[in-house]
Amino acid sequence: MNVFVISVVGILITMALALTRAFLGPTVFDRVLAANMFGTKTVLLIAVAGFLTGRPEWLDLAILYALMNFTGMIALLRFSKFANLASDEQLK
Amino acid sequence: MGEQVMGSVIEGVLFLFMIVLAIYIARLRSLFAAAMLFGIFSLLAAGMQTMMDAVDVAFTEAAVGAGISTVLFLGALGLTTSEETRPVHYRFTGLFVVTATGLLLAWGTLDMPAYGDPNAPIHQHVAPHYLDDSTAEIGIPNVVTSVLASYRGYDTFGETTVVLTAAVGAFLLLGGGALSARSGRDEDHEEADSSGDSAAGGEGSA
Repeated sequence: MNVFVISVVGILITMALALTRAFLGPTVFDRVLAANMFGTKTVLLIAVAGFLTGRPEWLDLAILYALMNFTGMIALLRFSKFANLASDEQLK
Repeated sequence: MGEQVMGSVIEGVLFLFMIVLAIYIARLRSLFAAAMLFGIFSLLAAGMQTMMDAVDVAFTEAAVGAGISTVLFLGALGLTTSEETRPVHYRFTGLFVVTATGLLLAWGTLDMPAYGDPNAPIHQHVAPHYLDDSTAEIGIPNVVTSVLASYRGYDTFGETTVVLTAAVGAFLLLGGGALSARSGRDEDHEEADSSGDSAAGGEGSA
């Protein structure tokens, strides 16, 4: 029972909690937050599972997922605010 | 050995999450929430594929499923209502067809070699040749890259064409339409507004 196993169990439990919040809602932003949090948990899971299974190079993958999660979330929030990918003059 | 058991446990839990999520999405009426949950579903699938050592497939799944398709779903939602209409009655024919197809597919997997079996046909055919000779033949240190870019170059070229065509089509349907309709949008789309809790259906203009 090493530290990575404990971390993985913790991350899976947090994933279940984020999933519960995404199910229950009730507002859009609860669900956006749950989706964002789930993305973060995926990043952590991949990073920790890489160390767990002896492939620490998965850390690079995890960083790439974090970048993608961030970009996706910005696009998503813009959509939920402007109902399209807002152009610059709409933001002013 | 303990690591492999733990890997299977992670895969099992992710699979359980995916099943629960799929059932929940199928029953959900708010399309905005469904788009969100599809993103989570893709992240789960990506985690699963990473655990099964298909990291390239996993990253495609995450980028396409959680990234661009969520945005495309929301773009489509901006042009329509954000609430699915309730069906008059449930069609059990659909459920039957889906279940039967699923069972057929599961039955088909019974003939497949065990997961990770080194004696599986796929590892015996051209894979040893690629692993042994690709450095000499192609000169790229990464075997996956030399397979994708050289041995299967035409295949990759075709895929790229398909992706480009799909992107152009999506932009014509969503982006082009929104651009030309922007001036007349406020009058034309009033009836498309929904009163639900979702912000995507509302015409949020600054």
